[in-house]
Amino acid sequence: MWFFVLKRAASTLPVMLVVALVVFLMLRFTPGDPAVIIAGDQATSEQIARIRATLGLDLPLHEQFFTWMGQLLRGDLGVSIFTNLPVTTLIGQRLEPTLVLTATTILFSVLVAVPLGVLAAWKAGGWIDRFVMVFSVVGFSFPVFVLGYLLIYKFSLDLKWLPTQGYRSPFVDFQGFLRTITLPTITLGAIYIALVTRITRASVLEVLGEDYIRTARAKGQNERKVLFRHALKNAAVPIATVIGIGIALLIGGAVVTETVFNIPGLGRLVVDAILRRDYPVIQGLILVFSFTYILINMLIDIAYTVLDPRIRY
Amino acid sequence: MTISRRDLLAGTAAAAALSTLPASGVLAQAKKNVLKVVPHANLQVLDPIWTTGYISRNHGYMIYDTLFALDDNLRPQPQMAEGVEISADKTKYTIRLRDGLSWHDGTPVTAEDCVASLTRWGKRDGMGQRLFGVTDKLEADGAKTIVLSLKRPYGVVLDSIGKISSNVPFMMPKRVAETPADRQIEDTTGSGPFMFNKANWKPGNLAIYEKFKAYVPRKEPVSSAAGGKIAKVDRVEWYTMDANTAMNALMAGEVDYWEQVTPDLIEVLKRAPGVKVENLDPTGNMGWARFNHLVGPSSNPLVRRAIMKAINQEEVLKTAIGNPEYYKVCKSIYPCGTPLESSSGFFDYNQAEAKTLLQQSGYKGEDFVLLQPTDHPVLNPFSQVIAEKLRAIGINVKLQAMDWSTVLQRRASKEPTDKGGWNMFCTWWIGGDTVNPLTGVGFGATGERGWFGWSSDEQAVKLQDAYADASSPEEAKKIAHDFQARLYEIGHYVNLGQFFVPVGYRENVKGMIRSPVQFFWNMEA
Repeated sequence: MWFFVLKRAASTLPVMLVVALVVFLMLRFTPGDPAVIIAGDQATSEQIARIRATLGLDLPLHEQFFTWMGQLLRGDLGVSIFTNLPVTTLIGQRLEPTLVLTATTILFSVLVAVPLGVLAAWKAGGWIDRFVMVFSVVGFSFPVFVLGYLLIYKFSLDLKWLPTQGYRSPFVDFQGFLRTITLPTITLGAIYIALVTRITRASVLEVLGEDYIRTARAKGQNERKVLFRHALKNAAVPIATVIGIGIALLIGGAVVTETVFNIPGLGRLVVDAILRRDYPVIQGLILVFSFTYILINMLIDIAYTVLDPRIRY
Repeated sequence: MTISRRDLLAGTAAAAALSTLPASGVLAQAKKNVLKVVPHANLQVLDPIWTTGYISRNHGYMIYDTLFALDDNLRPQPQMAEGVEISADKTKYTIRLRDGLSWHDGTPVTAEDCVASLTRWGKRDGMGQRLFGVTDKLEADGAKTIVLSLKRPYGVVLDSIGKISSNVPFMMPKRVAETPADRQIEDTTGSGPFMFNKANWKPGNLAIYEKFKAYVPRKEPVSSAAGGKIAKVDRVEWYTMDANTAMNALMAGEVDYWEQVTPDLIEVLKRAPGVKVENLDPTGNMGWARFNHLVGPSSNPLVRRAIMKAINQEEVLKTAIGNPEYYKVCKSIYPCGTPLESSSGFFDYNQAEAKTLLQQSGYKGEDFVLLQPTDHPVLNPFSQVIAEKLRAIGINVKLQAMDWSTVLQRRASKEPTDKGGWNMFCTWWIGGDTVNPLTGVGFGATGERGWFGWSSDEQAVKLQDAYADASSPEEAKKIAHDFQARLYEIGHYVNLGQFFVPVGYRENVKGMIRSPVQFFWNMEA
């Protein structure tokens, strides 16, 4: 087990190196020039050239790459071309809202979706199953921004129960946090509820056909225990996989929800950086996202050994 | 040092207020002294001399002050200056600073600071470069007097120093102004009516400005950028958000003021209770379709003239802006309603004549590349309508879709169209940038040294020089009109007319200033 963890941790380095190289090259070959954006609409070509030189963007690509790698090896993600702030500061400012939104969304999704999925599998073919499946199709099909705006319209502008936008930190104002995080969590959770419900239903349905379930029932085990102790536990591996991937996707992929509800998270930071071609910020964020993906995948693999004792590394 | 429980509670409360965004009623206790604003863009660059971006300019107006500033009539008035003495031969300007001026760190503003600031500005700004081209010496004479000696009389000295839009000659402490002009400043100490709270700046989300209590405003009433800058709120908070989110936040009362309401949301906001929509910009924005004068077929003057005749301002503006309340057909290259407005030389829309001109030009169906910024709510429809109008007269338009950032890069290309070049792109200038022949860098016709499109015309350059040297307002006006006629004659660009972007605000907001630029002094919520 520990050998596996060490091996996976060691394999992170070459993966990150490849990601760094690919991101660096892709950005440099993508149209757009930060110097042009900084200089503004009134700048002449000469002024832009001077800004490019100041930022080191006129240096050969390999020199730019090795300079950046040198910074990375010192644990420095660089400085934003536009704001002049360290990339780590910018990421630090945005990390908490993203992690909190991810946590509330996953928690909400799991709490709703797992029971629904188990229920649908238990009542497979019946009207409850059909209802849950229709619900999950709707959850999948509804664009996040449409659901977000509908919720804002009803609960914020019409009923005036919740704010339309914003984020409050749970560490400084818990009540304000609950008020601001509710609608984004429901909005973002809808698609994950649909996903986890379907996966849970399919996995549990498969397990319910196994001999040991029939044996449990034959022993007189009550249905709740059959479902949650025997069926759900044995169906947990694919469910855990989907939840883990969901966490990884949410870390950088909640940009639409963050935009609709004005949550200052990492998703918006990366989109803003891309629109302005802020190379150090984009590069830093992609590295952070890649590292998160690798880390979460490793944690999922480790979780398998807990969920299924047959799995050993 | 000991921290009392009260200090700790106060600190926690302050941290709570600063660490997050406003939600309904959450900041109610501070509401009467805080103005919550959604600015027109995300503040990313803090140096208004390093960039010409309008959001950085607005940030500059919050924290810096200027020696002179334009009033409602676009005339320069003393701001930090007590006044100016001009020598009889008009080659020496002696500017004395008024009393009570200090930087945010408490040190007094000196003439040396102003000399360093003007010098840095003069390296970046077009009007500044022109002014420094005729400057013999700029020096401090004591702590409060600035002396500008010229090689020859120059008619627009104060107009240059009092320039209202980018790059505005903001005054900075000498230690800051000595930063090379091609490098961004890091210290945001100014002497304006607000101080920037850099420690709590979250780019893309929040910028906070605290009232500078030691600021001494002028006694005169506010008049555009001139007059007394009285900060009537303790804090101004800028929240960056998407247009739809801004609309919702304004309707719910979570923000007080939205600087630029996008055209498609105007009608919704007008119907919202407690919200007002109003145009505060007397000069508006001037729409441009810029030709590339280096690359065919737009390098052919007859093709350019045909295109100018093929485009109907009314149709373009109606499609992009919609409500006629917010656009105006304007034949002038200077904003309609400003002193230099003129219809001199304008090409009226006439499709039949456009077709004839195109035939005479020798155009043989070559590709005409029009850059289309699909992420821009105004320039995108501009481009689409223009493409249709050009196709209608027989031009083979290649409408190339891209984001605005890519347009900004592509327009720098001087290559032929099959190698990444272009023939036309749309843009706009705020009215304050085009009030006379010298303010707009786009008016220049200095060829490849000039602005994108690189039109070259000796006569236009001479007229600009003549305007700068004009000895009377009447003479200047006549030259400005001749200059306009010349720009139309050479097919410098297509004038797409004037449009206005209104602000949206809660009914409790008062004291807004009518100006081409957004100011936040004098406002209360």
